[in-house]
Amino acid sequence: MLETDLIGRLRLSSIPYQSGIVMGATAFMILVIVIVLGSITWYRKWGYLYREWLTTLDHKKIGIMYVIVALVMLLRGFADAVMMRSQQALAFGSARGYLPPQHYDQIFSSHGTIMILFMAMPFLTGLMNVAVPLQIGARDVAFPFMNALSLWLTAISAMLIMISLPIGDFSRAGWSGYPPLSELRYSPTVGVDYWIWALELTGIGSLMTGINFLTTILRMRAPGMTLMRMPMFVWTTACTNILMILAFPVLTIALALLALDRYLGTHFFTAGMGGNLMLYVNLFWMWGHPEVYIVILPAFGVYSEIVPTFAGKPLFGYTSMVYATCAITLISFTVWLHHFFTMGAGPDVNAIFGLATMIIGIPTGVKIFNWLFTMFRGRIVFPTPMLWTLGFIITFTIGGASGVMLALPPANYVLHNSLFVIAHFHNVLIPGTLFGMFAGYTYWFPKALGFRLDERWGVRAFWAWLLGFYFAFMPLYVLGFMGMPRRMEHYTNPAWRPWLEIAAFGVLLILAGIGCQVTQLLVSIRDRAKNIDASGDPWDGRTLEWTVSSPAPVYNFARIPHVHTRDAFSHQKEKGLVHHRPDGFHDIKIPRNTPLAFAVGMLAFGFGFGMVWHIWWLAAITFLLTLVCLIVRGSSDDVEDIVSGAEVERIEKARYRELSAIGADDQSRYAHHQPAHV
Amino acid sequence: MSMSASELQHYLFAPHPEEEEATANASFGFWIYLMSDCILFASLFATFVTLSRSYAGGPTSQEIIHLGHTLEETLVLLCSSVTCGFAMLAMYRRQLRRVLGWLAVTFVLGLTFISLELQEFLSLVAAGHGPTHSGFLSAFFTLVATHGTHVTVGLLWMLVMMAQIAVKGLSEPVQSRLIRFSMFWHFLDIVWVGVFTVVYLNGVL
Repeated sequence: MLETDLIGRLRLSSIPYQSGIVMGATAFMILVIVIVLGSITWYRKWGYLYREWLTTLDHKKIGIMYVIVALVMLLRGFADAVMMRSQQALAFGSARGYLPPQHYDQIFSSHGTIMILFMAMPFLTGLMNVAVPLQIGARDVAFPFMNALSLWLTAISAMLIMISLPIGDFSRAGWSGYPPLSELRYSPTVGVDYWIWALELTGIGSLMTGINFLTTILRMRAPGMTLMRMPMFVWTTACTNILMILAFPVLTIALALLALDRYLGTHFFTAGMGGNLMLYVNLFWMWGHPEVYIVILPAFGVYSEIVPTFAGKPLFGYTSMVYATCAITLISFTVWLHHFFTMGAGPDVNAIFGLATMIIGIPTGVKIFNWLFTMFRGRIVFPTPMLWTLGFIITFTIGGASGVMLALPPANYVLHNSLFVIAHFHNVLIPGTLFGMFAGYTYWFPKALGFRLDERWGVRAFWAWLLGFYFAFMPLYVLGFMGMPRRMEHYTNPAWRPWLEIAAFGVLLILAGIGCQVTQLLVSIRDRAKNIDASGDPWDGRTLEWTVSSPAPVYNFARIPHVHTRDAFSHQKEKGLVHHRPDGFHDIKIPRNTPLAFAVGMLAFGFGFGMVWHIWWLAAITFLLTLVCLIVRGSSDDVEDIVSGAEVERIEKARYRELSAIGADDQSRYAHHQPAHV
Repeated sequence: MSMSASELQHYLFAPHPEEEEATANASFGFWIYLMSDCILFASLFATFVTLSRSYAGGPTSQEIIHLGHTLEETLVLLCSSVTCGFAMLAMYRRQLRRVLGWLAVTFVLGLTFISLELQEFLSLVAAGHGPTHSGFLSAFFTLVATHGTHVTVGLLWMLVMMAQIAVKGLSEPVQSRLIRFSMFWHFLDIVWVGVFTVVYLNGVL
């Protein structure tokens, strides 16, 4: 099995010439790359790109880049979804559709992998980067270099997934990669290897993010900001990070053991020679269940920011929200078996996990009620972020209810591996996570880029998504009850057909929604001068990020604020102290740009590619060079630049002039604010 | 608001310039990483325990474990933790040469541990009991070798630190890194206690 070729097992025949669809997709990808690289060259922006983005350690820019990765991968993952829905609408009876099983299997595998790990994770990490340091009154995260490393590891892992399209193939074993299908014997091609290395590398990035943000939140809050005065998004970020820290090592091991089986012939999960297939399932889901809470908690945090802001009232039941979030965090480690009730643990074990699974629905219910009570007697306005939130509250609740149904082991025996499960988790992931990410994207876009997103196209996108979601996924509940299994590329039961056609119509509506979002972005960029966020506070916000300009200066705060209550900015507004001028400015240290994080990312891509194709010299050299880069960084002491007090003063004074010109420091316009006096 | 101008300044803004907490934050973050590494090892321990009787007709744990050898490895590693501690005490007393000396001893002890472990692995492989011969052997080699890989990374880190100390002296950043290194080294010692208990001592029962 050990090749000694210069290019391992890579061959010209590794490019799937015979598949028109793959070649078409590849051509499209190449076209997009050529346009992007060509535009950068045409507008002579390579220097700018390198100086301002590729070498930056600034959390605000890292956050933007994470969201860019997420949006690009959303399009790729959605393309997979369109293909699956159209195939299922067509492939009835004697019609076989246009996707043979071997291709269809790769599509559902990449769809799940991309949406969870390369869309949801980067999206929520991006929002955390953009918002959290500003919300806690800090200048940056605890470990800026590690932050950049996390970004580039995630970005290149996404690139590994993307390059599996033209070069080789992708895993056919689902996003969960169960053996024995994912073992070498039944998946001899490179597909599973691409999957393993992409997940291992992005997993390291996520682990580092967890360490980074937990340290930042616990140690770098502004003076006076006790834990119970933090914005709710910061609380959910902290709990999400705890989940990341404790869960990702388990995934690392699960995939490493699978890799050892595939590369060295060990017997962790083989069918025979002492392997244990159930061991993989347990390890994978011990990560997998906390992972779904990792993707939902930040969305809950976004909603907890949006509802008070647009209802004009403090969050109802903040303390119970905190306890609910912590309860969810703890309990999420005790439910993993509900993903395999049918694997044979027996009724006693199943009952315990079924109970725990039902219990975990309760704190989420507490949160829903708290958002509703926050809105009660508020003065509610309905910009796009609030629309996403309302769509979430109604639709997510249905998904949660179907989850409680699945939590019953006897029901699960009937519903396991049916479309009911697909319906359930999309019913919580899309209105829950994705709408939350869209809401957060719209909410914090002005803070990150300095201008607002176009509201009309946002509203259109919302309605298209909401209606599209219902048409695409409610039929799947019906199909689940009718006994249709998941992951089918062809079927013969005529009763299923109309429901699948409705679902295909739904996905077209969602496509329209995505089209509206692309349009929204283009229109917003074109019209950015009209939609400038001059005050830094486009939503009449309640938390500290809205006190600084949009975008924030590189040092975030000229003077770190002193915090006295929850909703620190509301407190300033109530007391008439908005934009109060500090009596002096001082030198501020900021992390110096460095190409090393980007370099390690590129080396990691080479390492992953080398491991996939058995190009051992490439894997060895990239690994060693990575070590060199990390040792160089770990031996560097002079890694900070200084923004002089005079420069800070210049920047701040320009801002104050702007604020005065637009009347943003007229205290009477904020007098209606009521923070929670805690 | 009836505060004077300067009271208002204190009310709204933290005192400046802000305190530097880089070393404390780095130690805190590193501790959290060690906790994640704990979970990593916990997964490997769980895997090992699950596969601990999956002999597939190959050797049992009793047949491959030689406790005398394990005792040698243990003594060497535990001693290296003590000498690492001495190095840190010398660091706090700013005794640069003593730091280098104790780190060198720690390195030699760590290297001895690795070579003892490699000897064990090579003799097992030579006898046809390599990691590809059963689930039990796969789990045994992976758990023990993951710990050994961590130790090897520690050895490399030690070399880098000794070079840094020689070139830069015991500056604040160097001390901060040494503190994190010593946390790592002691952590590996604790994991080894788990390894020799669960794998070796339990394996001969």
